[in-house]
Amino acid sequence: MKVLMSGNEAIARGMYEAGIRFAAAYPGTPSTEILEEFAKYDGVYAEWSPNEKVALEVAIGAALAGEKAVAVMKHVGVNVAADPLFTVSYTGINGALVIISADDPSLHSSQNEQDNRNYAKFAKIPMLEPADAQEAKEFIKLAFTISEKFDTPVFLRSTTRVSHSKSVVSLEEPIPYIDKTAITYNTTKYVMVPANARIRRVAVEKRTLALKTFANSFPENKLEINNPDVGIITAGMPYNYAKDVFPDYSYLKLGMVYPLPEKLIREFAAKVKKIYVIEELDQFLEEQIKAMGISVIGKEIFPYTNEFDPGIIQNAINNQNKATDLPVKSIPPRPPNLCPGCPHRGLFYTLNKLKLFVTGDIGCYTLSFMKPLEGLHSCICMGASIGMAHGMSKALKEKGKGKIVGVIGDSTFIHSGITPLLNMAYNKSNAVIIICDNSTTAMTGMQEHPATGYTLLGEKTKQLDLKVLVSALGIDNIRVVDPYDLKNTRAVIKEELAKDGPSVVISQRPCVLFKRAKLKAQKPLQVDPEKCTGCKVCLGLGCPPISWKKMEKKEGSKREGVSVIDENLCNGCGLCLQVCKFEAIK
Amino acid sequence: MGKEVKSILLAGVGGQGILRASDIMCMAFMEAGLDVKKSEVHGMAQRGGCVTSHVRYGHKVYSPLAQLGSIDLLVSFEKMESLRYLNYLTKDATIIVTTDEIYPPAVNMGDAPYPEDIISVLKKNFKLVKEIDATDLAKKAGNVKAANVVLLGAVSGYLDIKQPVWESVIEKSFPEKLVKVNLASFQMGRSA
Repeated sequence: MKVLMSGNEAIARGMYEAGIRFAAAYPGTPSTEILEEFAKYDGVYAEWSPNEKVALEVAIGAALAGEKAVAVMKHVGVNVAADPLFTVSYTGINGALVIISADDPSLHSSQNEQDNRNYAKFAKIPMLEPADAQEAKEFIKLAFTISEKFDTPVFLRSTTRVSHSKSVVSLEEPIPYIDKTAITYNTTKYVMVPANARIRRVAVEKRTLALKTFANSFPENKLEINNPDVGIITAGMPYNYAKDVFPDYSYLKLGMVYPLPEKLIREFAAKVKKIYVIEELDQFLEEQIKAMGISVIGKEIFPYTNEFDPGIIQNAINNQNKATDLPVKSIPPRPPNLCPGCPHRGLFYTLNKLKLFVTGDIGCYTLSFMKPLEGLHSCICMGASIGMAHGMSKALKEKGKGKIVGVIGDSTFIHSGITPLLNMAYNKSNAVIIICDNSTTAMTGMQEHPATGYTLLGEKTKQLDLKVLVSALGIDNIRVVDPYDLKNTRAVIKEELAKDGPSVVISQRPCVLFKRAKLKAQKPLQVDPEKCTGCKVCLGLGCPPISWKKMEKKEGSKREGVSVIDENLCNGCGLCLQVCKFEAIK
Repeated sequence: MGKEVKSILLAGVGGQGILRASDIMCMAFMEAGLDVKKSEVHGMAQRGGCVTSHVRYGHKVYSPLAQLGSIDLLVSFEKMESLRYLNYLTKDATIIVTTDEIYPPAVNMGDAPYPEDIISVLKKNFKLVKEIDATDLAKKAGNVKAANVVLLGAVSGYLDIKQPVWESVIEKSFPEKLVKVNLASFQMGRSA
């Protein structure tokens, strides 16, 4: 049967077809749907772990117990999981272990554009890279075969364009699950103390050599000899872009991007007159191929940054620029924005008014750095807000007193905010941390986490009490506010900023898109055009339904226009009503 | 059709049902026996930002992304968004544009005007521009949220896919209670 599937849906399907029943992940665009889809299949165990490091460790444990396990994460998630990653490369696996890294060329939804192929070389782990959904489904199966055969964890690398494009996939019958789990002891292999690790270190090098030989005969490293004048070495989605514009050139399409099939590359080089290496981001293939002494053209003509498309490849190879200008130059930008009724809006409006430095974190609320809210001033990675707020406050000493606030979402706090908060208590910090608790992982699409009380498989579970946790970490000043109540939110934050020692304010209200919260629909608000003075204060909320309507100036009036609320968009949250001094909104 | 691959661009704003519409379109191409690929972006873009979906179809499709100057058909789910991607179109491209306006933040704030002469700019640069009040037609069909399917109906007139194929994929794409209103919306768009 043929169906239309995204790369992520196809990976989940491939896992199921291959008899895989165990996976752990932390959500992150563009990887999130892999586990959401996998969790829908019968008889699987799938979990949202608190972060990627835990997810990988869970998968390693399952593999050690003889299971075939998967850990799924976005590219920056591998940074979090890097500690176990580098050493599980030494121990090898007992069952099988595949790590899926979904990279994000063009930073569609990420804070950086790192090329995780480097992790394969760095950690000495083989990496497969599919080019579309059909290959994604096949390659995840091959990854498990390689993992079992070579006693190694295996990377499957996707990119946003593979994960989130859809194409036609042929479904196959799943092979039945075979339970091979058992407790087996092998301490010299699994206890990585120096004496054991030194031995495994050698085993890793032997394995890499064996994998290099295997790569030459790996059927997904494919030669396509057509026109011998030009040869293209590529992998993943860029293969499709190149084939789209240069269907008649010769290709070496690498299904395995690490280690490289040296013999096959030499064979290809001997058959074509000139070689282009086409790869997004780093010159990962190019450097290794050039180190073999083979002359290729790569990043001299292709960009280092952003994802490619067929036009970029065509322009680079033909040394042309076909780009046409837009007939209209000044189109107002349309950046993503907090939703109408978003609980973050009131909080960040308040933070802006208090003129603080706000260290931010990863989540929807990061969007509030933009005009007009401008209530957030840094964003580095998951959990960074807390450590940074502490560091700033310590460095600024008296100058920072009452000025430094860190903000972090509930899911992000659980992901990697707990240890830095413990540090704040331990090292006598003076900053205020605000946990923006919207009861879900909103940015990636409402995933469960330990404080929601539900698992990925939909089971009820022990619900983490954030207040109890924060208290246990040694924070004595804990306050809870409703960010819809601007006056109280402002007063509480000011009180906590005035105190000595660290404070935590939990800004608590469910995400407006969160269905389980069953938020009552409130009546849309309206502006009374007679009372509105046109002061624009309500526009400072940056709420999508509120807009400015210019009017003819009347004699003796300073008013140049009025605010208007679009009743189809308004969620009735009441923030604008609170900021209007003229009672013009009702 | 011959060996060529055709490209369609669906553009608009997060929350308008663009991805659903492009899914339905892809299924229709599949049912019509063609190869099809589509691209879209999730995550950050959902929060009221720009959303686009490239749909490419033919006997064999490699790239799910179209290049600049190569798209044959633009369907704009918001009026101003049609302007943002004109450099992706071929000179002979067809444009289907809704008259619905959604103001971006700079316009809401009064910092930038909403472009006034959008349709005339489109008509000046392209031969075939079809305006359609998708939201109004969806309201008439019985559900304002079906504006995306109204636009699908409007596009269907420019594609070589038979009506029963469209109807069959629409029936498969919605829960039973929403099928009727979506079929009616499709028909509204198709006859507009």
